Amino acid sequence: MSRSDSVAVAGVGMHPWGAWGKPFVEYGMVAARAALADAGLGWRDVQLVVGGETIRNGYPGFVAGSALSQALGWHGAPVASCYAACATGAQAMATARAHILAGLADVVLVVGADTTPKGFFAPVGGDRPDDPDWLRFRLLGATNPAYFGLYARRRMALRGSTEADFAAVKVKNARAGSLNPNARFRAEVDAETVLNSPMVSDPLRLLQICATSDGGAAVVLTSEEYARRLNKDAVRIRAIAAPTPTYPRTVPDFPYLASDSMATAVPAARSFRESLAHTAYEAAGLAPEDVDVAEVYDLTTAMELDWYEEIGLCAPGEAEKLLHEGATALGGRVPVNPSGGLSSFGEAIPAQAIAQVCELTWQLRGDAGARQVHGARVGVAVNQGLFGHGSAIVVGRA
Amino acid sequence: MTDGIPAAPGTDGWFREGPDGFALLAGRCTACGALSFPPRTVPGCPDPACEGAEQSPAPLSTTGTLWSYTDARYAPPPPYPRPPDTEFSPYALAAVELTTERMIVLGQVAPDVPAETLRVGMIMEVTPGTLVSSAGVEERVWNWRPAEPQDGLSTNDAEYSASSGEVQA
Repeated sequence: MSRSDSVAVAGVGMHPWGAWGKPFVEYGMVAARAALADAGLGWRDVQLVVGGETIRNGYPGFVAGSALSQALGWHGAPVASCYAACATGAQAMATARAHILAGLADVVLVVGADTTPKGFFAPVGGDRPDDPDWLRFRLLGATNPAYFGLYARRRMALRGSTEADFAAVKVKNARAGSLNPNARFRAEVDAETVLNSPMVSDPLRLLQICATSDGGAAVVLTSEEYARRLNKDAVRIRAIAAPTPTYPRTVPDFPYLASDSMATAVPAARSFRESLAHTAYEAAGLAPEDVDVAEVYDLTTAMELDWYEEIGLCAPGEAEKLLHEGATALGGRVPVNPSGGLSSFGEAIPAQAIAQVCELTWQLRGDAGARQVHGARVGVAVNQGLFGHGSAIVVGRA
Repeated sequence: MTDGIPAAPGTDGWFREGPDGFALLAGRCTACGALSFPPRTVPGCPDPACEGAEQSPAPLSTTGTLWSYTDARYAPPPPYPRPPDTEFSPYALAAVELTTERMIVLGQVAPDVPAETLRVGMIMEVTPGTLVSSAGVEERVWNWRPAEPQDGLSTNDAEYSASSGEVQA
């Protein structure tokens, strides 16, 4: 795909993350109105609404595009709603992008919002012994943090990472988050506080695992031509990649109880998580060296270090070095999670990938205030979720 | 070693007990030999290069090396069982890489094994385990526990990772 395949990010907006306990639709409305205002457009200019679904808010959550349209006032625009676990927002933006590139719409509003229960994510209700997500809780008590603990311990064994390395990621992200008015957790923390927080799933402590949050994020995507007329064409989505894994999967990724056997089939050269950003780079005609700023899905501090290597910011095993050099902090060579990341936000599932694009857009426009990455021209956002979902989005200055 | 404890919900055909010893059972594609654990509940082979439609039960190796481990210090939400009148008891989880099958299988660690004694690269063996349901009924599952003795244990993590065929090097 060439650069002519890009669409414009004409406007972005968010409802601050928190534990507000309001209906998810309200967060979506606030974010949508902010994004439309940012684009200089009205609600009735929208030609398609794509809603990221939430699976914890009943029927309105499954028809999120409709719930939002009804709340903002029906005006006849078609809707689409989609769910792809943590990559929901990316899939929603990919749907919008496809409509624009196909010439089916010029202005698409993409919204994700969630109201999230406190504590561990749990499978949806009912006894479903054919559902891997139900089985892992029922048989093993394998929560998300339990899987994260397995991956973090594996990193320690393979790479020699320490708890102190992981804590340094939290310190970095909390500092960035303290500068972000949309973040839920805005206090700086020191390493000692992180290392004294309660152990949840060894070796991960409470302050190394992202919380579950309420929040909402929205983007207005338009065709390039339409954005030029609006004079809102500064930031382009250059690529959205959402590949699935290839057989055999080499790691026991959640919610599964095992990896695939490698006895009868040879794994791909790149792991699933590596394939995400690299697929997007190739589609955008860019290389990891071109990245100025990254938003990565730091479900845990340890996972942020995995991403450094998997998105090509450094060689395998070099993530701790990159971190301790300050390269990924604000002011560093390639800041990672200048928003404060999930560490400072907590996870509002269908909103999170959209929020990543909001942050990259502010960064590329020079609108990020105290957390501005100076001169940023190319940004990448990545995430991974349950059931083989994951995505990477490359955003660039026009 | 069958003691009449019924298999936990959803695990029919996942393991065998009896005179040949406890073992996990994979589904093996009758066309290409690809192994799936748990056995697939839908027809077909997991390998997209194979058009096989049938699978047959195949016991997995009963030992492997500890790929990683963690523990759970907080009670997970339902459907994890909480038997009546009991306190939550923390437990460890193991991810064990079966050498022959080149497959990593999760499981709870036997409750008498403290998490602090685990180390990546240890030799682990599968054993019958018991869950108690929220109704107070015993259910059969599988557990992992360190094997005795630890034959061939590498004490060097780098050496272990070099020999483990890890793709994400």
